[in-house]
Formats: sequence, C-alpha cells, structure tokens
Amino acid sequence: MSTRVRQAASVRTQIVVEAPIERAFRVFTEDFDRIKPREHNMLSVEIAETVFEARVGGRVYDRGVDGSECPWARVLAYEPPDRVLFSWDISPQWQLETDLNKTSEVEVRFISEGPERTRVELEHRKLYRHGEGWEGERDAVDSDGGWPLYLRRFAELFKD
Amino acid sequence: MATYQTDAWIALGDPTRHAVFERLADRPRAVGELARELPVSRPAVSQHLKVLKDAGLVVDRRAGNRRIYQLDPVGVGAIRAQLEQFWTKALTTYKAIVEEDVERDTEEVS
Repeated sequence: MSTRVRQAASVRTQIVVEAPIERAFRVFTEDFDRIKPREHNMLSVEIAETVFEARVGGRVYDRGVDGSECPWARVLAYEPPDRVLFSWDISPQWQLETDLNKTSEVEVRFISEGPERTRVELEHRKLYRHGEGWEGERDAVDSDGGWPLYLRRFAELFKD
Repeated sequence: MATYQTDAWIALGDPTRHAVFERLADRPRAVGELARELPVSRPAVSQHLKVLKDAGLVVDRRAGNRRIYQLDPVGVGAIRAQLEQFWTKALTTYKAIVEEDVERDTEEVS
C-alpha cells in the first residue's frame, strides 16, 4: 500500500509533552479516563468512568453511572514505554461492532526526545475496514437512523 | 453531497474498489489502464469508478477522447477530519494532564 493511500485511510496526529517517556506512557494508559472526550458515549446513561485494562487482551470500556458497560476496544499490543495498540470496535452507526473484521485500530507510539521530553504519535488506521461487506445494507445505512445520524452526532461532539 | 462522507467508508470497503483507489493514489489513470492492471473487466472498473466518484473520493477529467480519473482529496479528507478532531482533542487533554502532574510525580519518584 502506498504512503498516500495509508494516509488517506488513516488519521495521524502527534503531540510533544514535557515529561519522561515512562511517565508519558503511564499517564496515557492509567489516566485514559480523563483523556478520552467524555461525550463520546454509546451507553444510554452518562459515563461514570472509562477503564483501560493495561495488558494484551485487555479491554477498554466505558462504565455507565448505572453499572452498565460498553467495551469498545481491545488492547492488541502493550509495550511500555514505547507503544500501545488497540482496536476501535465502533461501527459507523455509532454502535459496538461485533464483527472484528470490520474494526480499525489505533496505535500510539512514544518517542523519547530528552530526559524530560517525549513525542507521542497517534495513528488511527485501516479505517476502510469499517465499510467491508456493507453494500447490501446500504439503503438501511442511508436512512435517517443510520449513518447520517451517526455523523451528525459525531460532528456535534466537536462544537463548542 | 450531505452524506458523501458516509459513502466514502462504504466505497473503500470493497476490495476491488480499494485496489482501484490505491492505483489512483499512485497516479491518475484512464479506465483502460486500470482494467489491464486489475483482474476485472473494463465495465466493472467503470462501475467501481462511478461508486468512488459518487462517494466523493475520485474526480475525472476529459483528456482528448479519454477520461482520466484521480483522487479527490476533499472527499477523502472529510472522513478523516471527524476522527482527527476527536484524537486531537484527546491528545491536547492528555498533554495538559501529563504536564500539570509533573511536580507531584517527581516527588513520588524521589
């Protein structure tokens, strides 16, 4: 796959933080609850907390105020302090995706740039996989309750 | 146009269309070139190009008696923009958390 295609089917962003790499990694996984935008919610109730199970095979899930859970990611690689990789099991209809062939993935890499400085690169990739096998459902998806609704809700997350 | 972001993900989900998309990311091509490079017929390529075009991923232009297809950066960007905003917001919050707690953390270590 060419670089340009990879870029088109993925989202990349990065940030430099004034902290040693070990700490940068630890905060990302241990404080993920505070990092993830809280409005990003598939539960029917408010989120009490987001739990990031820091091990391969661990889940990332939101726990609602009523105790209900929404496991929306699986930890695929956990390599402190350099790298963590997790799946994105959220369908474009804003529901949990149970077909793992239709999930994308998020890789976070930590690169030390000094004793107190770390660059964090995040790549959300394989986005095209969310569309696989969708042709037959296209009409349903185009209806008002399908993808357009998801997109509106998603877009609303970013309004101030 | 209102739903073209949505169609883009669906369009790229098909393996053949994804292959067409990849070829066009490499450089602009005519239908005949794509049909030669891929194990699909020329009409099938045309059909896939139409879906990609409707999804806002591809644009075409006339060059003599041929039609040249290339990626439409605007359509591709629309899908990505949504997630890009999400992650940028998350990382900005992350930076604030890492740096606000540095002093406390240093004390814990020493």
